Amino acid sequence: MILDIITSGLINGSVYALLAIGFSLSFGAARIVNLAHTAFYMVASYCIYYATHKIGLHPVLAMLVAIILVTLIGLVCYKLFINPIREHEAAVLIATIAIAMAMQEIMLLIFTGDFLSVPALVKGYLNIIGMRIAYQQVLTIGVALLILAGVWAVLMKTRLGLAIRSTAQDREVANLMGMNESRVAMITMGVSVGLAAFAGAVVVPLTVVNPHMWMHPLIFMLAVVVLGGLGSLKGSFVGAYILGFAESIVVFLLPMGAFLKGSVALSIMILVLLVRPEGLFGIAFEEER
Amino acid sequence: MKTMRFALGVLVAICLVMTIGFPAWAADTIKVGVIGPMNFVQGKSHWNGAIMAAEDMNARGGIQVGKKKMNVELVKADSNEFLSITDATNAMELLLTRRKVDFIVGGFRTEAVLAMQDMAMDHKKIFIGVGAASDEICTRVAEDYDTYKYWFRGSPFNSTFLGRTSFIHLGTVAAILRMYLKIPTIKTAVVGEKAMWTESMIKACEVYLPKMGMEIAGIWRPSPVATDVTAELSAIQRSGAHIVFTIFSSSVGITFARQAGELKIPAAMVGINVEAQKDSFWEATQGMGNYLMTLNTYARGVEQNELTAPFVNRYIERFGETPTYTADTYSAIIYSLAPAIEEAGTLDSDKIVAILENREYAVPSGRHKYMKDAQGRHLHDLTWGPGYVTSLGVQWQDGELKGVWPNRWKAAEGLPEITYKGIVPYKIAPWIIEKYKK
Repeated sequence: MILDIITSGLINGSVYALLAIGFSLSFGAARIVNLAHTAFYMVASYCIYYATHKIGLHPVLAMLVAIILVTLIGLVCYKLFINPIREHEAAVLIATIAIAMAMQEIMLLIFTGDFLSVPALVKGYLNIIGMRIAYQQVLTIGVALLILAGVWAVLMKTRLGLAIRSTAQDREVANLMGMNESRVAMITMGVSVGLAAFAGAVVVPLTVVNPHMWMHPLIFMLAVVVLGGLGSLKGSFVGAYILGFAESIVVFLLPMGAFLKGSVALSIMILVLLVRPEGLFGIAFEEER
Repeated sequence: MKTMRFALGVLVAICLVMTIGFPAWAADTIKVGVIGPMNFVQGKSHWNGAIMAAEDMNARGGIQVGKKKMNVELVKADSNEFLSITDATNAMELLLTRRKVDFIVGGFRTEAVLAMQDMAMDHKKIFIGVGAASDEICTRVAEDYDTYKYWFRGSPFNSTFLGRTSFIHLGTVAAILRMYLKIPTIKTAVVGEKAMWTESMIKACEVYLPKMGMEIAGIWRPSPVATDVTAELSAIQRSGAHIVFTIFSSSVGITFARQAGELKIPAAMVGINVEAQKDSFWEATQGMGNYLMTLNTYARGVEQNELTAPFVNRYIERFGETPTYTADTYSAIIYSLAPAIEEAGTLDSDKIVAILENREYAVPSGRHKYMKDAQGRHLHDLTWGPGYVTSLGVQWQDGELKGVWPNRWKAAEGLPEITYKGIVPYKIAPWIIEKYKK
């Protein structure tokens, strides 16, 4: 059973990590609390569905198209709705929720509330000591690790990363040093939305596509980033796996209470916050960004 | 001049009274409110069934009410009840107070229907439920007849009978596994979404499964909207279950079937999976729902009686899909309401109730007769069993939803065997055969 819990926790955690990393990036670097993050993930899922089922594109090509398209939509949203009110964090929060609701309603109008799905990139399963794991799930774990490494490399090893980090540390000074702070924020937002779309591309073959599929992951993603420390990439990663394991433990040890897995995971977040209000990596986050 | 003004005032007042004060029946149409989650398959089927019924009635010249013929006018109301019960009550309020409908059909989620039922009863409007299964909706009629007598169940039959039918399906599959795979004791994993309507069935499983000679491998209760159940599936696989008894009405039914199929979990899935009743299920699971069996009302090529094929075939021709049980708004209007109105010769709810509760009539899914409880009180709930409504057991077999039950079913000793026309044998999934065949 322990092996089952570990494997299952790793899979759950990887899905949450994929979503939380992008959200953390936009908050940590650009100070944008983008509550529409998982709505972009939902839109990407619909794009992939449309491209594969209606246009007949190969799933990989459909995913690439979806990532590009959703990133562009994200940038337009940023330019039109977020940038003008960026100084007011509460307003950004409300605006992004409004964007998410609007996207949900648009998808509902176009595709109705029917449950849809997209094909898996890799079919079949792996047998590890009697436990079956779908290849798509293994792929999710691998991609989550790769993305974290990629984001870290961009932030630490490139000029863009340097600009993002310095802007995050002090916007005014970054401006004085000749950096276009607004542009850096826009690029960060683009990368973040692109990551959401990427998460959608990897995760959606495991789940059901519908206009409300963004709500549950949003709550979990927020729990993950709060648990890990707002804006901390490392914290998001660790937080995602803690909640993933918590869910697995509930399902395996308390089958009748499987529906409580979300509540238990959120309770852990509250407990951690009571002991450490800044989250697990709240201090490290200050240095990190 | 004064007289002119007075006359004009009286004229305006009369016009106002005529337009606002007169009820809908002053016009030559009968307004039927169709309420359901219109952005979802359940609501779309509510509407589709009602459209067919209205077209059929109006093509016949309408419903004979006393000395005049009245056409059926449908009023659509989106309850959005999957997401918000407040939206559902607002939609019902709109039907009752603004659109002033004469009758209401539809509703899906018990939690929402209970609230909508109260509103319709307050306005003394007949509400035929087509979707919610909870027993409680009808026990209210027996407990407070004067208030709730305007409620009737149209489809499906209640949770208790749904449970009973599902247990018969479970027993049938268990017998097949025992016979072909020589498994002496069948272990069954019970997986029911966390919702009000599943509670009684879960409790019944704990009581009846051991009595049916089965061992309970475990009971899992995922969220109705869970997007990942791989942890549950791993635990089920570890439990060594031969059968997974499913009780799903929400999207988790797709997730569960798809992930179980992807992992080739060696257990036969049987029970209730509302999503699997739809033609779109095959695509939604990417074909991973193969060999899943569920309770259902209609299947292509299966006939419960002489009314089934004409309805199912016309529905498929018109809407391009097999009707699900929420399309029984058709029966509710054509076979329940219309004849009762014609017999009463009026739109008066009380008079129609008195006729409706005592009628017995054929519908495409069987035969309707309203039950009474043990104390002889009206329940306005459907009678279940041979000769009435029994539903079907359907199984996905390589992309087609086939009827597999009742197949030589004997409801009790001494009763004749029942096999509906078009029923085919149940198939065991190859990966289950591979795992257990000795």
